[in-house]
Amino acid sequence: MVKLTINGRQIEAKEKTTVLEVTKELGINIPTLCHDDRLSKETSCRLCVVEVNGGEKLLTSCNLEVAEGMAIETHSDKVIEARKHNLSLLWGPHPNECVVCEKSGECKLEEYNYEYDIDVEPIFDAHKRNQPKNESNHFFEIDPRKCILCGKCIRMCDEQMQVGALGYVNRGNETFVTFANEDFDEANCVSCGNCVSVCPTGALMPKSKSKYRNWNTTRTKTTCPYCGVGCQMELVVTNGEVVRVEPVVDAVNNGLLCVKGKFAFNFINHPNRLKTPLIKRNGVFEEATWDEAYSLIKDKVDLIKKDYPNSFAGLSSARCTNEENYLFQKMMRAVFGTNNVDHCARLCHASTVAGLGSTLGSGAMTNSISEVLDHDVIFIAGSNTTSTHPVIGSFMKQAQARGAKVIVAEPREIELAENADVFIQIQPGSNVALFKGMMHYIYKNDLQDEEFIRLRTEGFEEFIKSIEDFTTEEAAQICGCKKEDIEKAAEIYAKGKRAGIYYSMGVTQHSQGTNGVKSVANLAMLCGHVGKESSGINPLRGQNNVQGACDLGALPNNFTGYQKVFDDLARAKFESAWGVKLDSQVGLTVPKIIDGMVNDEIKFLYIMGENPMISDPDINHVKHGLESVDFLVVQDIFLTETAEFADVVLPASSYAEKTGTFTNTERKIQLVNKVIEPTGNSKPDWIILKELMTELGYPQAYSSPSDIMDEIASLTPIYGGVNYDRVSKSGLQWPCFDESHPGTKYLHKDKFSRGKGLFTPVEYISPMEVADDEYPITLTTGRTLYHYHTATMTNKTEGINKIVPENFFEISKETAKKYNLINGAKTYVSSRRGTTIAVVKVVDTIKDDVIFMPFHFANGANVLTNTALDQFCDIPELKVCAVKFDDKL
Amino acid sequence: MPNKIKVNLNSSHFQELDSFIDGLETTEGELISILHKAQSIFGYLPKEVQIHIAKRVNVPVSRVYGVVSFYSYFTMKPKGKYHISVCTGTACFVRGADAVLRDFEEELEIKSGETTKDGLFSLDSLRCVGACALAPVVLINEDVYGKEDAKKVKEIIQKYMKINSEG
Repeated sequence: MVKLTINGRQIEAKEKTTVLEVTKELGINIPTLCHDDRLSKETSCRLCVVEVNGGEKLLTSCNLEVAEGMAIETHSDKVIEARKHNLSLLWGPHPNECVVCEKSGECKLEEYNYEYDIDVEPIFDAHKRNQPKNESNHFFEIDPRKCILCGKCIRMCDEQMQVGALGYVNRGNETFVTFANEDFDEANCVSCGNCVSVCPTGALMPKSKSKYRNWNTTRTKTTCPYCGVGCQMELVVTNGEVVRVEPVVDAVNNGLLCVKGKFAFNFINHPNRLKTPLIKRNGVFEEATWDEAYSLIKDKVDLIKKDYPNSFAGLSSARCTNEENYLFQKMMRAVFGTNNVDHCARLCHASTVAGLGSTLGSGAMTNSISEVLDHDVIFIAGSNTTSTHPVIGSFMKQAQARGAKVIVAEPREIELAENADVFIQIQPGSNVALFKGMMHYIYKNDLQDEEFIRLRTEGFEEFIKSIEDFTTEEAAQICGCKKEDIEKAAEIYAKGKRAGIYYSMGVTQHSQGTNGVKSVANLAMLCGHVGKESSGINPLRGQNNVQGACDLGALPNNFTGYQKVFDDLARAKFESAWGVKLDSQVGLTVPKIIDGMVNDEIKFLYIMGENPMISDPDINHVKHGLESVDFLVVQDIFLTETAEFADVVLPASSYAEKTGTFTNTERKIQLVNKVIEPTGNSKPDWIILKELMTELGYPQAYSSPSDIMDEIASLTPIYGGVNYDRVSKSGLQWPCFDESHPGTKYLHKDKFSRGKGLFTPVEYISPMEVADDEYPITLTTGRTLYHYHTATMTNKTEGINKIVPENFFEISKETAKKYNLINGAKTYVSSRRGTTIAVVKVVDTIKDDVIFMPFHFANGANVLTNTALDQFCDIPELKVCAVKFDDKL
Repeated sequence: MPNKIKVNLNSSHFQELDSFIDGLETTEGELISILHKAQSIFGYLPKEVQIHIAKRVNVPVSRVYGVVSFYSYFTMKPKGKYHISVCTGTACFVRGADAVLRDFEEELEIKSGETTKDGLFSLDSLRCVGACALAPVVLINEDVYGKEDAKKVKEIIQKYMKINSEG
């Protein structure tokens, strides 16, 4: 600690802290324009100058470290005079048009000009930057005239995003900020808009359709509704309309957002939102009242229950809140009397829940997102992180810039592969072989962590036999890569001190998905890279609340907190709490529910916030099922492709219109706050479920989602200490057993959830459908940065549709040539299950004879995909199937 | 007829640039020398070349663009067969460089920074060539014109048109 004086006041401060930091803590307001705690110090605006020890020269406080005996004056006459002078220099070239500027009210320059009484007439006849606006980006524009050259946007793009799309051009008075070659696309801009969020003036502004004044808006903190990162942000609202999104500097996202979180909010106030219940009569939807809709559902339920009591099923939603998922599975179990409840986690991380559950005892990310920054090795397998979890992708790049080594194993040369230390372009579906090859090399070269294996694990002897003869040559042959790359990857990973594996659908969506996940667990345990800070196994969860939907029991074998329906003690607890007898039989999974509809075993299906007509494999099969089922209820915010098949459609409120919690990929339960009133007659899902359960003769009396969370906590050990008071502060990571438990930053410290970590022998088995003479191309699927899943929410934003307007597939130059496919033209792509049409996109990032198609579009990729299932968890093999091209049908 | 300047972005030029880059001990801190080399190979620095260099040197394209736009020596447009640089440094400016530049613009019907349609002349201004005693100074490729000679804009242009037509 050092002692110093600030404005005559004696204080103590930590060494190495800056004067600006210290004054901020003291509540002294020093103006800054170019400073941001997260960015390097540019010291260009010179507004933060202070007087030091009465010296002649004023120093910038943002980079001035405290020292013993220092005497600081933050607001002396001399300082104020200097600030006025510097502000005048910045104001000189700036256009005097604050009255019509959208930034007005939140502009820092405007604020300080007012605070420091700057003359409106510039005292300097300054050079004006007269470059026109750069409007090349679809979401925001750059107005160089309003730029004060603070460089925050450039540093944000360079240091935090690691993209470098923005830079200064020209020199002297002509200098301004723009994209390389003036075009956002050529500059590799990812449209995250974080530059816009840090701009202190109106130079970088969203292309807003709404006209509003900042002083007529309110801001409410909430959680992003897109991916599993769970970014914290504020919705800016005026007159019941969400007009802007601003990031919150928080432990999760550190004030970063991606293009979806920042700009794709148009869906909230979109005119196509469902506003009233719909009942299908003679094949046509007619508007109905809530009472009509509820009583029709009740009549049908009673009717079907009489003759077919075991024919009910429900699909819950990874897009809805924890409280709503809890109520949904409670309704299915307690009211419909069935465990046939599942949700789309079946399609993404069912193999993780099964594979990590059995080996470690918990199927979740072991580390926290903030720990990404401190890895010294990052191994990314089957995850295009910068597209699917963009903010985590940025953290990975930041870690790399700090010196972390990066290994990427992917069928495509993804963004993170470009600068990776090792990039292994694997054949889709060959993960198990890759992991086994790496483990073989590690074991043969004695790179394993003996002590960890001895103290923390079991099953090693049996396991090692399964890799002893599996050489890197054999692995390389299966993966279609060089054995040296596998060896190099093994060497780097094993020798890491804080190594993290990050994996996603590329590992899980296979008929061997569970084995892929078990192999990941084997690899991490072999090297002792789990159960430590910044060292672990990290399945990146897809949706905003897919972790929560699993946690809250929207699974056919689990009550909340992974308590088994066949466990008599657990069942007795829920029977007593819910006052009904519960089924001990494990229910049907998503694919089996769809089969059940086709086979007429399922006669009633309730879908909340899911769109299987786009997201599930073999769409023709799904369609057949939805057409066959006797009665279909769909509850959603839009009339989705799936809702078109419904007998009753219930209009739900969006995340902005309700309160609840989401659990993000790092197991953090975070608050979702109501920002505007529900659209039309729509209702929050929890209210619909509560009212319907009551209508069905099982009265529910929750007055708020907080009540539901209290009930969850009372029945769920890992959520035991969770309540709204605690969560509202800054979230809480499970396991959190009681109200005094602080939550858990990383899992398996000292002891695995299951006791000892279990090594499992795993055999490599190829995908169920591989390319052959008739279908010579391997199709793999996934997401793009811009659309989210079935695009129901993202396709309401114009800019997104401009960038990714329609179905396409990526193909290598050689393969395109071989099949006479022209870049930009459309072609038919067929598998044994169906045909879709898509635009050819020739790229140099994919292997020959492999294509990649995103699954965002109706009648798109999932018309082609295979329903082959993983034997342990029923996850379909969405990542690999065989296709061919046709120029006509 | 004068030959039109062709945009030469053929692969042999990229190969030549790549072998220069490969010959460097490190690319760190070598961006400017690489850009120099590239401009000597391609004649100018179009965006394709900038993107290529950015990838090779592993810096964002925006950084390359920033450097290219910073130095007046670098150009993103193909230069003419005869490149005219009018010095507008302090000494030259005092001696009427602005009028010389204006005369060239009017005579060639192009603005500073542009190239004539036939690709024969390009024009720009630069700041101080270090020959202030000769102010105002005009550079045409390697030739230097100073003092009163520099002001004979029409004559200078005709001279180079004649040289060109004589081959």
